[in-house]
Amino acid sequence: MTTPLLEVEDLRVRFHLRTGTVEAVRGVSFQLGRERLGIVGESGSGKSQTGRAILGLTPPPGEVTAKRLTFDGIDLLTASRRTLRHLRGGRISMVMQDPKYSLNPVMTIGEQIIEAYRAHAKSASRSEARDRALAMLEAVKMRNPARVFELYPHEVSGGMGQRAMIAMMLVTEPDLLIADEPTSALDVTVSMEVLRILDELVSERGMGLIFISHDLKLVSSFCDRVLVMYAGRVVEELEAKNLREAKHPYTQGLMRCLPTLADDVRPLPTLNRDPAWAL
Amino acid sequence: MMSARSRLSTATLLGLCKDPMLDIQKLKVVYGTGHLRVDAVKDVSFHVEAGAAYGLVGESGSGKSTVLRAICGLAPISAGQVFVDGKEVKEPRDKAFYRTVQMVFQDPYASLHPRHTVDRTLSEPLAIHGERDAEVRILQALREVGLGPSFRFRYPHQLSGGQRQRIAIARALILRPKVLLLDEPTSALDASVQAEILNLLDELRRKMGLTYILVSHDLAVVAHLCERLLVMRHGEGVEETTAVALRTGRASNAYTQELIEASRGFSRDTVKTASAAL
Repeated sequence: MTTPLLEVEDLRVRFHLRTGTVEAVRGVSFQLGRERLGIVGESGSGKSQTGRAILGLTPPPGEVTAKRLTFDGIDLLTASRRTLRHLRGGRISMVMQDPKYSLNPVMTIGEQIIEAYRAHAKSASRSEARDRALAMLEAVKMRNPARVFELYPHEVSGGMGQRAMIAMMLVTEPDLLIADEPTSALDVTVSMEVLRILDELVSERGMGLIFISHDLKLVSSFCDRVLVMYAGRVVEELEAKNLREAKHPYTQGLMRCLPTLADDVRPLPTLNRDPAWAL
Repeated sequence: MMSARSRLSTATLLGLCKDPMLDIQKLKVVYGTGHLRVDAVKDVSFHVEAGAAYGLVGESGSGKSTVLRAICGLAPISAGQVFVDGKEVKEPRDKAFYRTVQMVFQDPYASLHPRHTVDRTLSEPLAIHGERDAEVRILQALREVGLGPSFRFRYPHQLSGGQRQRIAIARALILRPKVLLLDEPTSALDASVQAEILNLLDELRRKMGLTYILVSHDLAVVAHLCERLLVMRHGEGVEETTAVALRTGRASNAYTQELIEASRGFSRDTVKTASAAL
């Protein structure tokens, strides 16, 4: 593939508030092929706003500008609402952090997956959509897909809810999946299982994945490439396997301040934020 | 580094000779009745020596937080006994209990009153217990958690997450308790802020000779702060082990081993073998 799937150049997200303008994302540029890209940063670094801006989900009064924001040659900033609706959930989809808040509480999981599928595959019959939904629930390793199909979100555990969410987001076979902290609300052992499913689906279907997380260790073990964000900017971009050789003091600081099982450092090194990083 | 560890282990050894500060015997917590009955904690026993730190680890729903809540009276004790400093706790807890045992909650965004200033938050426990010299005590408490007097009249929304958690710790410490119950004190915080709070907790324990019970889902955090820990699952204690054993990867229980594996991050090889075993 010669042209990248997603091209982002000088992306900016601003919020015009009564108290002044807050620039949450300040000139982020990257390209994404069919690979796993991680975006890491602490709260307020603009990582989630970057993901949302790509999908056009910036909440009002936010304003998004970019020199270039294209998905597979389509300019996302000038695209009509109709085109965007077609893309969102169809060719680009997003997995949110907490399945408790992002699944519809009054619809069964099966119905929700069918709805997502038929919104994009208009010609699909109900029974066809049903088969797809069941197949997808099986693909995310639900032990009893037919049973989960009939359940409401409150009847399943967090891990199952998140897998149902992934099933819903992948049933339309998107080219790009944006996962915003998909495992932060889950227990470690469950989150490993969810990641394994995500990993398989991404490599089998050749999707592009943007994995947004605050967890540097997790991202570096899961993704191919990592962008480290600080105060709305990308301060460092590196190959995930070379994370140990990070140059930027912020990335180094983030790596070091985590307690590990491997060695016992006390006091833990803390991060001295240099105001120059935010410039 | 080595000296720090040997000092801690001698402290633990010395502690063993003393009476335990906290002794939990066959604690049971049951919610609801009939088909709604949930056994949140089933026969959990452990003891913590004075000046030691004890960890409770497990996934959500394992009952680790419920154990803490049962100790300080926020959850019903259905069976079993809780001894603090040699005395069995009373129902309801009396003032003397809260002078000895205090709790720090998970989410500093939810645990501080949004319309109370730091000053009011910190003076409330003093007023309840009829303490004098509130002003001096408040300024001292702020200093202990590494905040200056300028924070005294701020509201929670004027503080960052880490500063809020420092205030919550100051609130817990202002009555000079002996035991601090810490319910996931750093899981709502960023990694760099987590390091600051862990350092603070480490230092306060050393300085004031506090006894900690730390609940966390993060093995590395527990191993950092505690000497001994209990791995919990489905309301039961699965394995009692030491931080040293965790660090060297020695765990007799398969579930503990799984947790250790998961805490190392995502791995394409080990995950596959783990799933094959399922």
